[in-house]
Amino acid sequence: MSEPIRVIKSRTVVLAVDNVDTDQIIPARFLVTTTSSGMGKALFADWRYGTEGRPKPDFALNRPEAAGARVLVTGRNFGCGSSREHAVWALRDHGFQAVVSASFADIFRNNALKNGLLPVTVEPAAHAALLAAPGAEVTIDLAERSLEIAGGTRATFPIDPFARYCLMNGVDELAFLLSRENAIAAHEGAAGPLPWRFQ
Amino acid sequence: MREGPRTLLDKVWQAHVVAPATEDTPAVLYIDLHLIHEVTSPQAFALLRERGLRVRCPGRTFATMDHAIPTRPGTWGGRAAAEGAAADQIRALEGNCRDFGIRLYPVGSDRQGIVHVIGPELGLTQPGLTVVCGDSHTSTHGAFGTLAFGIGTSEVGHVLATQCLLQHKPKSLAVEVDGRLAEGVTAKDLILGLIARIGTAGATGHAIEYRGPAVRALSMEERMTVCNMSIEAGARAGMVAPDETTFEYLRGRPFSPAGADWDAAVGRWRRLPTDEGAAFDRVERFDASSLEPMITYGTSPGMGVPIRGVVPDPAGNPGVDKALRYMGLRPGQPLLGQPIDVVFIGSCTNSRLSDLREAARVFAGRKVAPNVRALVVPGSQQVKKQAEAEGLDRVFREAGAEWRESGCSMCLAMNDDKLQPGQYAVSTSNRNFEGRQGTGGRTFLASPLTAAAAAVTGRIADARELLR
Repeated sequence: MSEPIRVIKSRTVVLAVDNVDTDQIIPARFLVTTTSSGMGKALFADWRYGTEGRPKPDFALNRPEAAGARVLVTGRNFGCGSSREHAVWALRDHGFQAVVSASFADIFRNNALKNGLLPVTVEPAAHAALLAAPGAEVTIDLAERSLEIAGGTRATFPIDPFARYCLMNGVDELAFLLSRENAIAAHEGAAGPLPWRFQ
Repeated sequence: MREGPRTLLDKVWQAHVVAPATEDTPAVLYIDLHLIHEVTSPQAFALLRERGLRVRCPGRTFATMDHAIPTRPGTWGGRAAAEGAAADQIRALEGNCRDFGIRLYPVGSDRQGIVHVIGPELGLTQPGLTVVCGDSHTSTHGAFGTLAFGIGTSEVGHVLATQCLLQHKPKSLAVEVDGRLAEGVTAKDLILGLIARIGTAGATGHAIEYRGPAVRALSMEERMTVCNMSIEAGARAGMVAPDETTFEYLRGRPFSPAGADWDAAVGRWRRLPTDEGAAFDRVERFDASSLEPMITYGTSPGMGVPIRGVVPDPAGNPGVDKALRYMGLRPGQPLLGQPIDVVFIGSCTNSRLSDLREAARVFAGRKVAPNVRALVVPGSQQVKKQAEAEGLDRVFREAGAEWRESGCSMCLAMNDDKLQPGQYAVSTSNRNFEGRQGTGGRTFLASPLTAAAAAVTGRIADARELLR
């Protein structure tokens, strides 16, 4: 469960790289944990920090104007690769509430929607406008499914209606699945015994 | 609904719909087989505990340890020698499996191994099932005509609690592979060639069905290699229709049906292949006969070229430019002859017995080149045992390669098996992302043959020349 999301108003941070994989978002060595908290410090660790853990001043997230920004604008096919939900946990823990791109990898999008991180897929023109304007003030309205750049472009974005309902109400899918108990039991009854010979 | 010819995907999907999609909600899809491991499951069990939920069907979830465990020879002694947080993950998995009644193949078990190696090996992965795991390479199991896909940890929790997931049906993509792979060209080259062609987002939103004579001619282990890397083309899943090759592989496995149950199962499995005339959302055609051994040059699995090719010019593509700078390669430079430091033979892509046999063909009677470290990491304890029974371990050791315990190892550098900054590796794994095999490490993805050829020559080499 997370806080309901209606409107996100924030400056953007732009990471103009295509095919950012989840190993970049959070390298595997930070996955050796049994919790999901405190991962923000590992976000983009290998791009963000130099030797001895010093922040690289030219990396987008380290610039002074990036402080407090809650919207990340990135290149195409964001979140490809590993299914690690830790990537989403790290983005959320860092403070991001939305990631805007021209496209997302499937598993990343699913994971984001389950953690109150809004994946916003915009058309190429709006994407180009956002990439060209780091630090732009944007308003993302989930009810309207719209993204507006202050004083400029307005774009709409698609989102699965059920995921939108969950995000806007701060509820998760599990309660819905649990409420389908009768249908699940009926399916199991019809499907018969487990398909395996147990030893 | 009109009952017309159906695809393999249609059939598996329809048989698992608990509640159909509506305008407001995705379909509720039943999951037959759930595989878990130590890295992506602890937070899911924490969710169950937090909400006071039980595991709905403990008999449908199977656990092993593979991602973060050490693979150093002789360190196991029946128990994981993992330290610190990795040991916490292992203890958490043991505790969760005990508390919730889930069967676990821990370190020390002769059935332990990489989750995508042991599922098929045990006969758990059977045609027509839905299979999920908190790991993107779950697509591997599609080689058996399952619908198998990777999920995040929240969804691991959903499956534990309800045995179901909310899902939209993926679109279907037929990859028709004509011809036949030439000698020295492997299933790994086939999938690297396909990804180089369609790109790492080329199949996003789709389940691929691999079809055609070249696919039918593949062994089950080769089909697993192909399906494994479907995710690297962005696909949700990869599938191959079951046939005699599939049935032969499954016959007599520990969890495979037996006797009358076996006959009944095979009868059901024979009805799974795509019907004549069924329509796919998209079709890609591919000729296996003209394929060469492939190798990647960049930091995305789609950046692959034939091994006798050259590093391409970025031609204004900032992604390729960035990749070449990371890799320290120049446009126009041949891949052949590029010096390397490490060779990794293993991972859920290429750690099965046939992969090790292929590598051993190259290692036999040769030595690992000076200053090269070669690791051979079997995919499971069963693979290790079989390889040792055939003497493959001796071939590797006599060549100077390390013969290790089973696990994910240097595929993702969660344990001590890591590249040092700047090192070059030829790896049979599935991802060449920046730092994937260790911070600053640089990866060339290739087949076991190509990897072994690199190990014995110290450079990127064409294994076909060594095998002539």
